[in-house]
Amino acid sequence: VNTEAVGKTYPPTVYAVGREKIKEYAFAVGETNPLHLDVDAARAAGYKDVVAPPMFAVVYAAPSVTPALFDPEVGINFAMMVHGGQEFVWGPLVVAGDEITTTVSVKSIETRAGNGFFVFESQSVNQDGETVCTGTWTNIVRGVSQ
Amino acid sequence: VNAGDAIPELKTTPDRFLTVRYAGASGDFNPIHIDEDFAKQVGLPGRILHGLWTMAQVARAQTEAAGGPQALQRLAVQFRGMGLPEAEVEVTGEVREVRDGVAVIDTRAVQNGKAIIRNAEAEVRLPTIQE
Repeated sequence: VNTEAVGKTYPPTVYAVGREKIKEYAFAVGETNPLHLDVDAARAAGYKDVVAPPMFAVVYAAPSVTPALFDPEVGINFAMMVHGGQEFVWGPLVVAGDEITTTVSVKSIETRAGNGFFVFESQSVNQDGETVCTGTWTNIVRGVSQ
Repeated sequence: VNAGDAIPELKTTPDRFLTVRYAGASGDFNPIHIDEDFAKQVGLPGRILHGLWTMAQVARAQTEAAGGPQALQRLAVQFRGMGLPEAEVEVTGEVREVRDGVAVIDTRAVQNGKAIIRNAEAEVRLPTIQE
């Protein structure tokens, strides 16, 4: 594998969080908590609008992560790629109306037992400068040469 | 909450069209998740679940156990094998330790007797007032 892309950082993307998108996501993953679905319930609980489920991070981070995965300088062979692991660390909850800026970098590229490990890190910050989520995305490419 | 306590099991069966809805909701339209013919052409048994959908079930098991989304501070998972629509997914977990008001939970998602998410670790903030 070529490790020259390690440390590379991609231009940030901004995602405007919408109430209906949160509901669509919540239904798709089976969330029933009214905080995600009912603006009155969310406001009664002290939030300014419906609350995104924590895993909604994949939605607001995706516009930044996807171009990094496809970067020819990283050189992932998609036919042999599997999503090996994922970590998220969350800060304050994201609610509808937030604008989330995500920056992605290449954290590491390594070969282990003939497989390539491509690790990306995403940092997502809200309009108030608070880090709402840090993601570590591990993709494994089977059968790479040294 | 003490070390060794189990969290309530979460059981859910993704229906036949779940992967299509999740593709739209998440923006991940990889055809291995939504096109039966394509999936078989690349050697899969059929359309497979999005790993991040399954991770969302592991996350939901934690937030439902802890009383809401504000409790989940961290979740790390390893994906293994592949999940399929129309078969039950079961999330289980046990508290490994409690430190500084945060429970560390070992958790996993199993389908047809195989872990499709394994070695998962969640950190969940406990409510300040407990019985």
